[in-house]
Amino acid sequence: MRRSRTLATVLQFWRSSLEAESEYQLNLLLECLAVAGNLGGSVFVLALLFSGQSTLGGWRWDEALIVLGLYTLLDGFTSCLLQPNLSKIVNHVQQGTLDFILLKPVDTQLWLSLRCLSPWGCPALVAGCVLVVLGLQRSATVIQAESIVLGAALLLSGAAILYSLWFSLAALSIWFVKVWNATEVLRYTLVAGRYPVSAYPPALRLVFVFVLPVAFMTTVPSQALLGQGTWQWAIGSVLMAAGSLLASRWFWRFALRHYTSASS
Amino acid sequence: MTRKRPRLVRAVRIAKALLSTQYAYMLEYRAEIALWAISGVLPLIMLGVWQGSGAATRAGLNPQQLSHYFVAAFVVRQFSVVWLIHVFEEDTLTGKLSPYLLQPLQPLWRYFCAHLAEQATRIPFVGFLLIGLATINPDLLWRPSAGELLWGIAALWSAFILRFLLQTLAAMLCFWSERAAALDRLLLIPYLFLSGLVAPLDTFPASIKRIALATPFPAMVDFPARLLSGLPVDLGGGLLSLLIWCLILAPLCWWGWHQGVRRYGAMGA
Repeated sequence: MRRSRTLATVLQFWRSSLEAESEYQLNLLLECLAVAGNLGGSVFVLALLFSGQSTLGGWRWDEALIVLGLYTLLDGFTSCLLQPNLSKIVNHVQQGTLDFILLKPVDTQLWLSLRCLSPWGCPALVAGCVLVVLGLQRSATVIQAESIVLGAALLLSGAAILYSLWFSLAALSIWFVKVWNATEVLRYTLVAGRYPVSAYPPALRLVFVFVLPVAFMTTVPSQALLGQGTWQWAIGSVLMAAGSLLASRWFWRFALRHYTSASS
Repeated sequence: MTRKRPRLVRAVRIAKALLSTQYAYMLEYRAEIALWAISGVLPLIMLGVWQGSGAATRAGLNPQQLSHYFVAAFVVRQFSVVWLIHVFEEDTLTGKLSPYLLQPLQPLWRYFCAHLAEQATRIPFVGFLLIGLATINPDLLWRPSAGELLWGIAALWSAFILRFLLQTLAAMLCFWSERAAALDRLLLIPYLFLSGLVAPLDTFPASIKRIALATPFPAMVDFPARLLSGLPVDLGGGLLSLLIWCLILAPLCWWGWHQGVRRYGAMGA
């Protein structure tokens, strides 16, 4: 009963936010242009990095395209769900409107994370899918159903890790108030996920696996899609995702205990 | 009867007041500025990728030149950040611009001073980041000659003014549209890929390099970064290109402002 009420609430949220966003139809054009430009630029830079050599960090061109595709996909996910919701947490804290949300009979983390759904990430989602399919087709590997399932599961855990990172950073505003750019920092450093992790020097590789787990978001799922994934990596990735989701939950409860409302 | 103050004295007084208040304001939110400084790590990430690729060597950049170039690009990016359009959009939408318009001072100066104050606040954080880089790998830093440093800073600052003018022009659209800041996302794309921020211009194919050099973007990162890192550079040509682009954009901004203010709805008034 309670489950279905939550689901109905979320669907209602999304319908209203889609209605509100549809007022800005020109945004679709802008968004398509931005995605096309960014993708064109990224492919161009990738081509520069590949010029005169056939591999980058052990990855062939078509395989590197899959990594770029998954990055674009996660970027679309960020624009659809993470950015419109989590970047508002800071405003709620700064203006004291978080009080009203705390009083609502809905889980606060759920409300803050799912209140808005923006359609403007869709061009990136589509472009990402196209790039992944293209890369898979052109790389000479035989595509197995098993590796697709594994890749999708790993991509989902990558998305969960991404969400937890965003949410925890946004929750820092409870203490530091004006940190809406903490999430921007994340967005700019995640750009590293455009390239396979093995293309970086060893020291940076460690950072991208353990400190800022970019590796789990694009490289590991790409390997799985290419049939090079192992169940160990899969279990590691899922554990990391579950752990970071639980950590974000715990961190939010901890942060709320330190919340001292802006207005009262 | 009071004598009219000379214009210059008045200008200096206003500049001092604006800069000191904005500096105090920026210091209050220093944590935020530290985070902005960290968010500029893109050139350093790109340095990591380029080090693993042989393409830079083939384009004639040895590993040391490559690392110096990207560290210089990192510094250039730090001190040429412009966020005018986002603040301006909010101020026009919420009507905060109205009181500024009543003052006997062109409101854009206020934003300009805010950017300068932010740069001053940023200096120590960039210093820390550079020291951090030096502790990881001392070879990443170098000591530029006095001439390189002087010309480099001059070019960097002109690049900042060029970027500020370009964004002012885009910001004038706020008078017509509610979401002009979205335009900034589009402007950011050629800036990102053609300015030399993610790939040195030397690695571009000749035809694309020619196209890039015909735009104002390489003057914003590539030119000052090359000066600072001591790579061979066409000093006169670079400065001329900066000057020409500024001279093209400044009258357009002036025109945009005058057309726009007439349309300003003064929300909340």
